Amino acid sequence: MSDVARAGSIEPGSGQLTADVDATHGLDLYRRMQLIRRFEERVYLHYLQGELPGTLHQSQGQEAVAVGICDALRPTDWITSTHRPHGHALAKGVDLRAAMAELYGKATGCCGGKGGSMHLGDPSVGMLPAIAIVGGGNTVVTGLGLAFKLMRTDQVAVCFFGEGASNEGAFHEGLNFAAVQHLPIVFACENNLYGASTPFHQVSLVPDVATRAVAYGVRGEIVDGMDVLAVREAAGRAVAEARAGAGPVLLECKTYRFAGHSRGDVKGYRSREEEVLWKERDPIVRLRARLAATLDAGVLDDMDAQVEAALDDAIEFARQSPLPRAEDALTDAYATVISGGSAS
Amino acid sequence: MTAAEAPVVGERRLTIAEALREAIAEEMRHDEKVFLIGEDIGVPGGFGGAFGVYLGLTEEFGHDRIIDTPISEKALAGAAIGAALMGMRPIPDLQYADFLFECMDELVNQAAKMRYMSNGKLSVPLVLRCPVGTANRGAQHGQCPESYFVHVPGLKVVCVSDAYHAKGLLKSAVRDDDPVLFFEHKLLYGSKGREQAGGMDLTAHVPEEEYFFPIGKAVVKREGMSVTVVATHMSLYRSLAAAEELAQDGIDCEVIDPLTLLPFDEETIFASVRKTGRLVIAHEDTLTGGWGAELAARVAEECLYSLQAPIRRVASHDVPLPVAPVMEQTVVPSQARIKAAIQRCCEG
Ligand SMILES: Cc1ncc(C[n+]2csc(CCOP(=O)(O)OP(=O)(O)O)c2C)c(N)n1
Repeated sequence: MSDVARAGSIEPGSGQLTADVDATHGLDLYRRMQLIRRFEERVYLHYLQGELPGTLHQSQGQEAVAVGICDALRPTDWITSTHRPHGHALAKGVDLRAAMAELYGKATGCCGGKGGSMHLGDPSVGMLPAIAIVGGGNTVVTGLGLAFKLMRTDQVAVCFFGEGASNEGAFHEGLNFAAVQHLPIVFACENNLYGASTPFHQVSLVPDVATRAVAYGVRGEIVDGMDVLAVREAAGRAVAEARAGAGPVLLECKTYRFAGHSRGDVKGYRSREEEVLWKERDPIVRLRARLAATLDAGVLDDMDAQVEAALDDAIEFARQSPLPRAEDALTDAYATVISGGSAS
Repeated sequence: MTAAEAPVVGERRLTIAEALREAIAEEMRHDEKVFLIGEDIGVPGGFGGAFGVYLGLTEEFGHDRIIDTPISEKALAGAAIGAALMGMRPIPDLQYADFLFECMDELVNQAAKMRYMSNGKLSVPLVLRCPVGTANRGAQHGQCPESYFVHVPGLKVVCVSDAYHAKGLLKSAVRDDDPVLFFEHKLLYGSKGREQAGGMDLTAHVPEEEYFFPIGKAVVKREGMSVTVVATHMSLYRSLAAAEELAQDGIDCEVIDPLTLLPFDEETIFASVRKTGRLVIAHEDTLTGGWGAELAARVAEECLYSLQAPIRRVASHDVPLPVAPVMEQTVVPSQARIKAAIQRCCEG
């Protein structure tokens, strides 16, 4: 829904941003997007300074998707994520300190240092360890939905994936399977135009991933992924449908990653002009402008300061946390330790 | 580096990445049926493959022969196999060996079996390059899955660890009429590997003139009389470093790089074991069912009475890979672990 159409249904001066989102709620969406943005920016800095092991795939620019969709979920709902999971994790409620410590490879991390950036997650808040195999979540998520259906709970599962993943067989098999089983799943595609260096138009003659829903008899919808209120609204509908047993929905969020694919990507495959164009649609700047109409600028600045303080605390926590013990590497492959497997 | 190994002035030294690029370019010039197909390999302004091996090739060979694909491993492996069946010589690329599992059916049920099912009428000449090895990337981006494929009749499995053999073997693989999986370690590609491999110079002399190195032949990297050590990739370099340390204690290691795991050059290993009477095997693949187990079994079958001590294997422990460096270093075979295994083998 466009801003104009949305404004039409809202009482002017009421402080409502949309039918579902009032100013307080909007401020919370802002806080969470800002937290993700600053998390990514600060983590990158510390990565460059050599504090974090491994690699990083970051989500600056895509915050509205993670926050808008997870906001429509209950704590008991589940998500699957990808090699680019930081935003999804924070939006679903993975503890900030535990997420940061995981990136630092510390024992206090949400995966005890075993997972790292690409496998961030926490079952206690409904997030599987992120799956770094492109399309890996698209089939596994159907099992989550199947379990909810068989156990007659009213939980919903969301599968986050990129447009690049929509060319994997797993995308097609997962969507069709979920469709014929009427599973309570939202397939949330973050179409940021590039899979690593490859532009989507080079690998799909269909520009909109949502179009592919037709092939499987499910509802597909395209939403402006740079507008958190639009994402929230579309996600609210999709999640409600899935929860009501009306089957899966394929929700495509048009978005852009401001940073490179992974650390060290100089982005030679896209133009600076294109980047500027998308920067102008920065979801955080846009929501801030909307909120500034009803809220005091001081409130938003305070919120920024709170976010910064929370990140200071999390980084300090991660730095001070103990490393895992070397022998911790050998636990958790099985429920109970089996013998053998470590000769010499 | 000892004086004897120091590069001769004017000697041409390349990294593995450079040697692979050169081999591919030469083979593409030699035979127009050779082509590349994979993810992010030729996008303008892109990466030249996940590890930069293809940088510059599109300029020479164009997008007809360097084909960027969707992220569709099943389709790209299937396309490579189908084209190979029609007489082309594709070099498909999946970025990381971990993603081989996306196209196991194509590799194991189709590529490996077409020659046999057709009673020898068909060939699947392709080379699938597979980067392996831990580098703080965790459970799904650091595996060494070579042993899965050693179990598949119809495939050939190569593991290269230096630029000279990388080039010679890749050229042989491209001209081979059977499907070859070509495993390369991510930490050994170029200069970055140097620090991580303990300051060794990982470039090697690669002659200007064309040469081939045969599939199925091992090389003795260091001659010795006390114990035979067979190792690949990072474990090879750690074994060589351990061998230097042990030389001071009077343990004289013979270190062998098998280079091809399938078909395996048994004779070189058997001859060495008959000389030394002791065998240690080191690989970064996990222990149980790893190729070291197969080699140990063959040595036990053929050289048992030459052995003076039990065979020792050093491998990654049987767990997935953790990210935190302190844990990762525990899982993969370290120089210390290899050294201890050699010492133990020499005690008996
Ligand atoms: C099965 C598989 N193939 C290839 C890769 C390597 N890879 C990692 S991310 C990526 C691009 C993914 O693009 P997309 O799905 O659009 O997600 P985005 O990176 O844009 O978030 C690729 C090719 C992988 N991780 N898994």
